[in-house]
Amino acid sequence: MATVQDVYERHFPSGISPSSWEVWSWFFMRISGLLLVFLVLGHLAIMHVFGGGVERVNFDFVAARWHGIFWRSYDWLLLALALLHGSSGTRTVIHDYVHRDGWRVLAKATLYVATFVFLSVGTLVIVTFDPATLAH
Amino acid sequence: MSPAAGKTEPYHKTRYKGGGGMWSWILHRGTGLMVLGFLFLHILDTSLIGFGKHHYDTFVNIYKTAWFRPLEVLLIGAVIYHSMNGLRVILVDFWDRGVRYERQLSVAVNVVSLVMFVPSAFIMLKPIF
Repeated sequence: MATVQDVYERHFPSGISPSSWEVWSWFFMRISGLLLVFLVLGHLAIMHVFGGGVERVNFDFVAARWHGIFWRSYDWLLLALALLHGSSGTRTVIHDYVHRDGWRVLAKATLYVATFVFLSVGTLVIVTFDPATLAH
Repeated sequence: MSPAAGKTEPYHKTRYKGGGGMWSWILHRGTGLMVLGFLFLHILDTSLIGFGKHHYDTFVNIYKTAWFRPLEVLLIGAVIYHSMNGLRVILVDFWDRGVRYERQLSVAVNVVSLVMFVPSAFIMLKPIF
């Protein structure tokens, strides 16, 4: 059976020997992407297209939705995977267009800090939300 | 040719010179960055819910104005295309015959994207007309 490394090298055969980090981030893009197709399209169908779309979204709607653990987990998984997938994709874009070492380090550092901060804020909001203390 | 000091070569030095592959590559990048941009905004707007009902509802009302609806439709289109084209990328990478059917897969991406997008856009735009 072909390993992840084999499949990766079939597509990058130009003599580059990628670090295992490159192989795994490439593989992560495929796995997270596959999961995100279902999570994101489900999210869009529920929140934007059917049942009135964004028109009915407000505090009470979110409070009802986040009453149980299921939608909180769904939303957190979507948050984490989308952010890491997007961050990983942006890293590839930086590698393609930012060639100076200094600027590349700065761009990637900014990206990683932003990813960490936004993942922390998002997680905090989903985990700590308590409608009883906020409904004013 | 060795790279200039302080500079790093791109991972892969391929260059598209036109053709369908180039366009799906450009669209995939563009839609990906666009969706990530909105994700950052979306995390900030959702975090307002931690400040209370008034703050959250006031901000979300901006999204509900007719001005924002076309942007919302654009976002849904970007997500649909990026999702379907991403599935094509996975198939080309992992499916034995993915490369052989690359052209058919590209056509399928465009057709399925449109089939998903057009009715969604219609449902979303109907209330503002």
